[in-house]
Amino acid sequence: MEREAGPGGARRALGRLVEAVLANRGKANAVFDILAVLQSEDREEIQEAVRACSRLFGALLARGELFVGQLPSEEMVMAGSRGATRKYRVWMRHRYHSCCNCLGELLARSSFQVKELALSTLMKFVQLEGEHPLEKPKWEGNYLFPHQLFKSVVGGLLSADEDHSLLLCQFREYLEHDDIRYHTMQAATDAVARATDGRPEVPLTFWNNAFTLLSSVSLPRQERAPSSFYVKHAELSDKWKVVHLREHRKAFQQMWLGFLKHQLPLRICKRVLVITHDSILPHLAQPSLMIDFLARACDLGGAVSLLALNGLFILIHKHNLEYPDFYRKLYGLLDPSVFHVKYRARFFHLADLFLSSSHLPAYLVAAFTKRLARLALTAPPEALLTVLPFICNLLRRHPACRVLVHRPRGPELDADPYDPREEDPAQSRALESSLWELQALQRHYHPEVSKAASAINQALSEAEVSIAPLLELTAFQIFERELEKKGPEPVPLEFIPARGLLGRRADLCAQHFTLS
Amino acid sequence: MGKARSAGARGRAPGAPAGARGGRARPSANPFEVKVNRQKFQVLGRKTRHDVGLPGVSRARALQKRTQTLLKEYKERDKSNVFRDKRFGEYNSNISPEEKMMKRFALEQQRQHEKKSIYNLNEDEELTHYGQSLADIEKHNDIVDSDSDAEDRGVLSAELTAAHFGGGGGLLHKKTSQQQGEEGEQPKSRRELIEELIAKSKQEKRERQSQREDALELTEKLDQDWKEIQTLLARKTPKSESKGGKEKPKPDAYDMMVRELGFEMKAQPSNRMKTEEELAQEEQERLEGLEAERLRRMLGKEEDEHIKRPKHTSADDLSDGFVLDKDDRRLLSYKDGKMNVEEEPSGEASSSESEEEEGKGSSAGDPEESDGPDSPSGLESDVESKDGSERTQEERRPNPGERSTADDREAARAELPYTFAAPKSYEELKSLLSGRSMEEQLLVVERIQKCNHPSLAVGNKAKLEKLFGFLLEYVGDLATSDPPDLGGIDKLVVQLYNLCQMFPEAASSAVKFVLRDAMHDMEGMVETTGRAAFPGLDVLIYLKIAGILFPTSDFWHPVVTPALLCLSQLLTKCPVQSLQDVVKGLFVCCVFLDYVSLSQRFIPELINFLVGILYIATPNRQSQGYALVHPFRALGKSSELLLVSDEEATATWHRRSLPLQWAGGLKAQTETEANHTRLSCLAVCLALVRRCVTAYGTLPSFHDIVRPLRALLTEHLAARSCPPELQELSRSILTEMEKQPKYYRPLVCEKSKPVPLKLFTPRLVKVLEFGKKQGCTKEEQERKRLIHKHKREFKGAVREIRKDNQFLAWMQLSEIMERDAERKRKVKQLFNTLATQEGEWKALKRKKFKK
Repeated sequence: MEREAGPGGARRALGRLVEAVLANRGKANAVFDILAVLQSEDREEIQEAVRACSRLFGALLARGELFVGQLPSEEMVMAGSRGATRKYRVWMRHRYHSCCNCLGELLARSSFQVKELALSTLMKFVQLEGEHPLEKPKWEGNYLFPHQLFKSVVGGLLSADEDHSLLLCQFREYLEHDDIRYHTMQAATDAVARATDGRPEVPLTFWNNAFTLLSSVSLPRQERAPSSFYVKHAELSDKWKVVHLREHRKAFQQMWLGFLKHQLPLRICKRVLVITHDSILPHLAQPSLMIDFLARACDLGGAVSLLALNGLFILIHKHNLEYPDFYRKLYGLLDPSVFHVKYRARFFHLADLFLSSSHLPAYLVAAFTKRLARLALTAPPEALLTVLPFICNLLRRHPACRVLVHRPRGPELDADPYDPREEDPAQSRALESSLWELQALQRHYHPEVSKAASAINQALSEAEVSIAPLLELTAFQIFERELEKKGPEPVPLEFIPARGLLGRRADLCAQHFTLS
Repeated sequence: MGKARSAGARGRAPGAPAGARGGRARPSANPFEVKVNRQKFQVLGRKTRHDVGLPGVSRARALQKRTQTLLKEYKERDKSNVFRDKRFGEYNSNISPEEKMMKRFALEQQRQHEKKSIYNLNEDEELTHYGQSLADIEKHNDIVDSDSDAEDRGVLSAELTAAHFGGGGGLLHKKTSQQQGEEGEQPKSRRELIEELIAKSKQEKRERQSQREDALELTEKLDQDWKEIQTLLARKTPKSESKGGKEKPKPDAYDMMVRELGFEMKAQPSNRMKTEEELAQEEQERLEGLEAERLRRMLGKEEDEHIKRPKHTSADDLSDGFVLDKDDRRLLSYKDGKMNVEEEPSGEASSSESEEEEGKGSSAGDPEESDGPDSPSGLESDVESKDGSERTQEERRPNPGERSTADDREAARAELPYTFAAPKSYEELKSLLSGRSMEEQLLVVERIQKCNHPSLAVGNKAKLEKLFGFLLEYVGDLATSDPPDLGGIDKLVVQLYNLCQMFPEAASSAVKFVLRDAMHDMEGMVETTGRAAFPGLDVLIYLKIAGILFPTSDFWHPVVTPALLCLSQLLTKCPVQSLQDVVKGLFVCCVFLDYVSLSQRFIPELINFLVGILYIATPNRQSQGYALVHPFRALGKSSELLLVSDEEATATWHRRSLPLQWAGGLKAQTETEANHTRLSCLAVCLALVRRCVTAYGTLPSFHDIVRPLRALLTEHLAARSCPPELQELSRSILTEMEKQPKYYRPLVCEKSKPVPLKLFTPRLVKVLEFGKKQGCTKEEQERKRLIHKHKREFKGAVREIRKDNQFLAWMQLSEIMERDAERKRKVKQLFNTLATQEGEWKALKRKKFKK
């Protein structure tokens, strides 16, 4: 084969080869030339070769010129004396296999275009192979799907060496089809099992890829039979597993449980927990099976525990799970850092959700209220603007807790009966205490915080204040809001004349700092 | 129509005498003429105005009025000449007849004096004095005048006194009497009369010659005395001064002096000079008022009310920002027995006065000497006098830092130009200031302010407002330069304060702008990296300046509240990674505590930060009883940043203030120096803790707030690695914490007012002139009232016009009827005559025929 310079030339040459092979079986050996180009280093050439392969084998598959059935080994057929057509078909099927392998290897290339092209070519083969199965149906209406080919595709996607998130994004559009989704779930279960089988350390990249793939699988919400298929079928049979949503659920559950039973890295764990309540739990066949994972995550502490509590709460709330230490764990989560972390909004949203029941015992709510108030003594203003209405809401929901702000004729104490170090809310004696912390916060420097804290001075109104708009409040937003506010006209001015940068002698700055 | 309307208007005119007189209802009305409007219902409180009327009488009255006015007009409709009575005040009943006669006489006199002909130029009335032409008198010299004065004294003393004290009325009288004397038939001839007069006067003259000399002497002495007093009485305006100087009274020109006294403005009674105690008290009262205002704002009370109250602006307000908040009239005072014209100690005296006094070098005491420290220094006014142009109305501001640098400026002033255009951009300002020493820069800024004072030109306000922003930027530049020019900033702060007092709005928006900028940078950093480094020294300085310019104790303030949030962000978002960060953080804490020093408000972030600082000064261990919060970490590379383990450094350390420059950039230090810095930081931190303890001691949950601090301090004491001074400090803080009262009174809600029951009292409705048009504003009611009134008046006018027309038509008809009747009568008469003629003629013919 003469090489012509330039990509255009290569394309023309490959085109001619493909034409020749398709036109004349005698020229079949040209396939080797095409496959050789597949292993080239040049990106353009590979792309041309992949396109050529796609055209060539696409046409062959459509024509049915590949051997159908259990594939005998190449040597045996060549040596045998069967018909030349059969020999050709078997030989060509072998070339097809090697082409698929090559494409599978290309998935690991660095160039995204190549990867993308290889993926789309493979998926095209999957489709064609599904329509023109390469195995003989065992009975009439047997469901045939190129499992082997598809497994290799999924295996290639779940690489342990490279981050395939972009490619997985591309793959996501195939997951719209019900059959592809179903088989992906099966293949992914296999792939995860294979990757972790007997290996102590699994690289983070694999977990990332696996999580990206798994999280992009989303089952339909409504109860309807799967109907959109990637591989076109003339008629659908009721006997096929793939047409039942129940089977899909089973596969989904297997996939996730198989994934979650491993010791996941903390970051992956967090990401899983973030989507648990929304996209995993509702689709599981038996959601209570998640308890193992959630309980384990709950003991990790910090943000992870909180997210796990969210999942647990759904299980308790919707699926009748017994988890006696739930509120105790939540109580343990309250420490001064909750006001300073990134997930503050989520935390308070969930805490609001968890404590929304009006059937909670008063001692529990009082303990939470008291602890939140105690923590508020260290909180920045943006958090205070959330937590103060939150506390007021708790008091509104539970009239029994109003003694915390209104205890007429109570004895004067010389110490706060509340014990902040007690881990059990029942033992904390919060109900005997009062919210003196809020009284202190009435002297806060920020006017809105001061006003919010002063709400307890009057009898609380009946209607709760929605804290949803306050959750996402950042300090910068408060700052901007203050700047926008219109003040009294004219702006009040300092009447003591300035003497210098550090101010008067009594000022702290002048006491502790010098200019030179 | 026009005619009719005017007639109608006349018909309604209340001043018409006949109508008014006829209008009064006679007491005994004919009962047949009375028309009663019977009311169907009695309504309580309703005024009945038209229940009884006399339609016949009023109709007759109207008719009469029309006959007098409208009919007259109608009859004279074709006449073009009018008889007009121009006698003065003939129809004016306000003037009494005597007065009327007087006025008429005066007018007549006046008419006689008028020029007979405009072509006769020499007809000017000659002005005379005692019958002599004034022109002649002016030619006499003084001696003759004084002689004649003495001559006159005997005979004409009454006239003389009248002339001196009673104005010119007597003069005229004299003249007229003389004229009368001339005209009257006298037995003595005129010459005889005059001779007699002269003889008499010479005799008297001789008699009083000696007496006169004595009097002259006395007069001179009096003059002398008067001159001394005069300076006291006269107002000290330059105009009067110059006038006084020009018209130097001649020794005997008493008349002139009297005139002058009459015209000259009297020395007005000024306020009593205030004693020092009173001044101090006044100042105290002013400060108390301001303080009360501040307290009100601090508690955040009556915010709305405050907003609603409109600001009083004078009608003369030019809204140029110039506020004369002090009366700048000076007070009369004495010093060492001499009069002292002192400027008010407010320092707002106009420079022209002081200048003039300096120029004159008068004996009236040195005005500058008595000035307080706030008033402008003499040097400054000197500058201005050279400056020359627009300095008279400028306000002067106290500039305390200037005297010390007076000598330097003396030299610098030689090169500096005296007027500066206000910079239009920051670069312009920078080019003006670059390359000059700090004193010169200050001078330049000051001169820019003076040359562009808002009261001088229209656009100056905007220029100076911009100048504030530029100066602020310049301060930021100074702070970020290496090394930071803090001394310069220190001086510029005063200028910024002054500008801020003049333009609060512009200043607040400029400060807000820089704060927003700083926060924006920090927010960007937090969003990308999750944390932010401590900002440069400029932001810290801006925050400090915001606290200097605006009252920090307000419950809410458009500038200070954002600044507080900014400070809070600095303390919560910026991790402490180096010693420089510690210094910056401590400075922020100081600024923060200064902000709340008056209002004593609670700052959770500050406590957290101090806990963190104390933590990094102790060896790491499992925390007991306290929890670190962001940005501090229990373990990590900067978790023992302030720990000093070097015994020697501990021993040699002396307490001193932290230089603020370290926040800008910390120079490389030796290990011992670094340790000293650490200990100084720790000392500052402990002092701040102590301040917090005293400030927050009264908070209800004080012990919960300071629990972590207490735990750390106990640890500190236990470690015993600090210098004894610091240990002592920590111990005293701990005892002070213990001393704070521990009482926990259960909270009780304020009793809310019970909701009042609904009461069924009748709603009271104001019945307005035009009926019950309720539910609208006052303006709307007023409008409706006017509309109603207009409608009613319009109807009345239309009715009047209609009646006028009816009247006229009736008059015309009666005229026509009269005319017709006349014609008929005449025709009848003619027919009669003709018939008689015919009869006669027939009789004649018959007679003839018979014959």
